[in-house]
Formats: sequence, structure tokens, C-alpha cells
Amino acid sequence: MLLLIQYTLIFASVLLLVALGGCFSEHSGVINIGLEGIMVMGALGGALVMKYMPAGSPAVVMIFATLIGAVLVGVFFSCLLAVACINFKADQTIVGTAMNLLGVAAATVIVKAINTAENPDNVSATIQYISQKKAFLLNIGSFEFNWFMVIAVLALIFAYVTLYKTKFGLRLMACGEHPQAADSVGINVYKMRWAGVLISGVLGGLGGICYILAGVSEWKFENGVAGFGFLALAVMIFGQWKPTRIALAALLFGMFRALSNVYTGFSFLTALNIPSTVYNMLPYIISLVVLAFTSKKSRAPKAEGIPYDKGSR
Amino acid sequence: MKKILKNQAVQSLLASLLCVLAGLLIGYIVLLFINPAGAWEAIVTVVKNFFYYPSKAAVVKYFGNTLVKTAPLLMCGLSVLFAYKVGLFNIGAAGQYVVGVAASLYLALALHMPWYVCLIAAMLAGALLGAISGLLKSYCNVNEVISCIMLNWISLYGTNLLLNNVKETASPYTFNLVNVNASALIPSMGLSKLFAGNRYVTIAIPIAVIVAILVWVILEKTKFGYELRATGNNKNAAKYCGMNEKRNIILTMMISGALAGLGAALLYLTGFEQWQCSQSSVPGMGFNGIAAAFLGGLNPIGTIFSSYFIQHITNGGAYVDKSMYCAQISDLISSIIIYLCGFVAFFKYFMNSAIDRREAKKAEKLARAETEEGGQK
Repeated sequence: MLLLIQYTLIFASVLLLVALGGCFSEHSGVINIGLEGIMVMGALGGALVMKYMPAGSPAVVMIFATLIGAVLVGVFFSCLLAVACINFKADQTIVGTAMNLLGVAAATVIVKAINTAENPDNVSATIQYISQKKAFLLNIGSFEFNWFMVIAVLALIFAYVTLYKTKFGLRLMACGEHPQAADSVGINVYKMRWAGVLISGVLGGLGGICYILAGVSEWKFENGVAGFGFLALAVMIFGQWKPTRIALAALLFGMFRALSNVYTGFSFLTALNIPSTVYNMLPYIISLVVLAFTSKKSRAPKAEGIPYDKGSR
Repeated sequence: MKKILKNQAVQSLLASLLCVLAGLLIGYIVLLFINPAGAWEAIVTVVKNFFYYPSKAAVVKYFGNTLVKTAPLLMCGLSVLFAYKVGLFNIGAAGQYVVGVAASLYLALALHMPWYVCLIAAMLAGALLGAISGLLKSYCNVNEVISCIMLNWISLYGTNLLLNNVKETASPYTFNLVNVNASALIPSMGLSKLFAGNRYVTIAIPIAVIVAILVWVILEKTKFGYELRATGNNKNAAKYCGMNEKRNIILTMMISGALAGLGAALLYLTGFEQWQCSQSSVPGMGFNGIAAAFLGGLNPIGTIFSSYFIQHITNGGAYVDKSMYCAQISDLISSIIIYLCGFVAFFKYFMNSAIDRREAKKAEKLARAETEEGGQK
């Protein structure tokens, strides 16, 4: 049971971080399908920092350096979406999809290049960070506490306060609802959308490094993040683009994802004798069913997905 | 010259060529960063693909292999293209491809069906998966991109589960088709002789090309295709004209799914590959189909060439010097190409407005010259 809670919390943290990223981007009016790619790149940034940090460095330094690495790479990668979709008015779906493919391909090429440069026989796409990873973990009894759970809660508070209690957040949401009106009162729509996408880069990058650290073994970069970026989008839709509801949705989805890791620990589940693949499918099936029931009365930002053109009316 | 440049088809071609060149250039720059010594050689290897082999027979044989894998890619490209023309983004081609594999291989290996039955089953399976996305889109307002991604993963795990019944005991791969049920192999009808006895070259390749032409005819020359495109351009206008937009969305997704499913059967029923039942990621074929569709300028005939090109560099990636680089470099290049395809609309707009501006200037000059002449008289 403890194990289930532990895994639920860590997967929920991943989903919460990434879904909040998507939330910022969509409130500003840009659909961010590329979250998956941003996650992979953020994970790469964080993992590389962990690889090159000396193993003996204090935990605090290690945590902050890793986070900064993940955030920087995530933000840098999200610029690709911002440039194409805000300044060049490209189709947000194509660019987002390209970013997902690009993220996995680029990360694999970079990791393999580093590995082969160190040792020509090493063609794996993994980065060694097992000993460095311990900085993030804190054992309380048999419960393995992960600092990312705190980071996710902080991100939730940050998102709530920024979106609803600051001038910036309200302006950002105005750009996603009615950019022309926002522009007419002197808000720079392009700047606001850039801000939205870059914040999603920050949160997506954090979610990425959190995801690969949640696994027990080293992560193979060829595999990407197994659709987590899209699960996060489903969480966001289920949460109706509101941070607090997103948090609850993330917990629910996180639990189903966690079940596939720990179902063997429950005697009544093993007694059912369902193949493990079914548990792997579960989060995706649940999200489809949930989406089918919640999308009808969707409260999506009105202008999302439409490139803003100053000249149009 | 200007007239040629204003032609839509020429503009699309130019834009695609530009994307390819820019993609290769960026790929080259990445290689330079990794290891400057072999970068040029590596990028040449990627572009050369089967010309890497010195003997002519080997070149022809490996050309055949590239074609064998082009057929499914073309079908996935058509699947994405067909949906996109109706305003839907079928990122689920990957999942529809996977269930196509499941249906065709299960029928071939477990039930010993002949190849044409397996082919049709694969299409039906793909269509069924497409229909789910279509239904969710039209009746529950679920964004098709997200539902497709979820279905991709569900179908991957489902396929692994199903094909586990027909796999070798010692390895994670499914049975070899030649040994278990040779009647499920797509006939070659002498095509393999043209490719130095490459037995994987079958009528799958001409079938794929014929389907591409069929898709073009349906979309451009029939009332049904016109209705679909009208739904894609403006859903409300189509509804106002009395077209059943919900039915059109579902039908489109079914056809798209059938195309992707057929693609899977066209590859797996040649015996070229076996399915790996422990596969943990959705195969890239469906995603590369997106690249093929957009690089082909969203034209079925253009997609034939673009899908060949993408497969050509993907296969070429396997030949790069493994002591310095990895095969994924060609994935990187094709994903850069998709990213650049996002800019095509801007490129066309830019070109048209440049031409218009130049023409306007000329007209103005002409007009001024005329008035000046008038003043002198």
C-alpha cells in the first residue's frame, strides 16, 4: 500500500508539472503538443548535469544544478515552438509533433555520441546517474520520499498565484481568450504568448527529469517518455485548465499509472490473473474514457490554436 | 518565369526541396559537432544509401529493400494526408499501423489464412481503430490528436498481448512466415527477378502506388472527395450546405485507418520483418508518415516521392560509421524536415507577396511613364 502511494505521488508529480506547463501555454493561446519532446530534452539536460557533477557534491548543490540544467534545456527547446508558432504563424500541431520526434532523435544522437566518444564499444543510449540520483531521495521508514513531490506542490502554488492573483497571469489568460481585445488595451500579445510557451518549457523540462528519476533503472533515451506528455494534456483537459483541478486529476491518473508498477503487491489483484500488459494499458484507457465524458462541455481558452495576426479582425 | 513561380505546385516543390536541403544541412552541422573528421563522409553515406555497395547486383538488391519499406511508409503518409485534407490530424497512423500488424500476422500465423484475407483484415482493423477516434471526435468533442496517441499505446500493448500467442518460444519475435504459412506471403509475380532475386520485392509496391493514385482521384475528382474537403475547409459551411459533417469525420478516420493498416500488411506479409512482442515503443513508421505527407506537399503523387526519399535516408542511416555516429542521425534529419514543413505556409505567403510587390512596382512605373509622356504632348 505504501509503495502504491509512493509511486502514485511521484507519477502524479510528473503529470502535475507537465500539465501545468501545458496550462500556461494554452492560457496564452498556444497549443503545446510538443510537451513530450520538451520533457525528453529537459530530462537530457538534467541527466547530463548529474553525469558531470562530482559524485561527492552535497545534495542541495546536486539538486539545484540538476534542476537548472533541466530547465535551461527545456526552455531552449520550447523556443522552437514559440518562434515557429508565434512569429511565423506555423500550424501548431505540425510543429508540436515535429518537436516530439526531434526531441527523441536529438537526445538519442547526443547521448550516443557522448557514449561512443568515451568508449567506442558503448552504443547504448543511457546515461549513468544512479549514484547521483540518491540526492533526490529521502527514506522515511520504508517510504521513499522524493524532493520532486515538494517541487510539484510548489509549482502548483506558483501556477495558482500567478494565473489568478497577478496582473501578468490575468493578462496572459486574456491573450488566450480574446487576443484582439487584449491588444486593444495595450497588452503585447506576442510577448505574452512567448512567456506562456517559455513557462511551459520550464515546467516541461522539470517534468522530464522527474520522469526519468522516477524509474528504478537508468533511462533509455530512445524510448522517449512513453506518451506522458500526452497523458499530461489529458490531465489538463480533465482538470478544465484550472490548476487545482489539474492537481486532483494528476493524482487520479498517477494512481492508475502506479498500479502497473505495484499491482503484484496486492493479493486480490494478482488473484484476478490479468496479464501485466493490461495494467500498462490502463492509464491510456482511463484517459480516453474520461476525455469522452468531459470534453463535451470543455472550458478551453477560446483563441487557443489560432495564430495571432495583428492585421486580422 | 513569374507565372511559373506563382504556380501552386511549383511553389510546393520548391518549398519541399528547400526543407530537404535545410534538413540535410542542419544534420551535417550536428555531425560536425559530434566528430568533424567523418562528418562529410557520413552525410554522403546517408544520402547514398544502397550505392554504398560496390557490386551492381548488391545495389539493385538493396534498392529493392528500400522499396519494400517504402510501401508501408507511403501508406502511412497517405493516411495522414487523407485525414489532413479533411481537417483532421491523424497522428494515430502509428497505432492503426500496429493493429494492422496484429490482424495480418495473427490471421496468417494462427489461422493460416491466405494473403488477401490478411490484407483485408489489416485494413478492417485499422479502420476500426480510426473509427474510434472519429466517433470520439464527432460525438464527444475529444481532440483527435490526444485520442489517437492514447489509442497508439493501447494498440501497442494489445498487439504485444495478441501476438504473444504466435511467437517463437526462444525469442521475442513472431514465427517466420515462410515456414509456418507460405500462402500468406504476398506474391511476387516475377518482380523479385528484377531486383537480383530479392524475394521481399512483391506486388506490395505496385499496390501502394496504385492506392496513392486512387486516393488522388477520390480526393480531387469525386463528389465524395469534394464533400470531405469542404468539411475540412469549413465545418459549419459544409453543415449549412446539407453535408453530414459527423458522418464525414468518422468516414475519413476510417479510411485513414484502413490505409495505415494496409501499409502494415504490405510490409509484414512479405516476410521482411517479424514483430517483436516485447516492443516497448510505438514503431516510427506512422510518425515518419507525417513527414512523408507534409514533405510531399500534401499531394498523394508528391507523397510517393517524398516517402521514398524519407525511407532512402532512413536506410542510409544504417550505413554510417558506427565508431563515430549512430543510425538515429537520419531520424534527426527527417524530424528537422517535418519541423521546417511548418514554415511552408509562411514561405509561400512570403514568395507570393514578394512577387505581388514587384509587379505592383512595375505597374506603378509603367503608369508613371505613361502620365509623363502624356504631359509632354
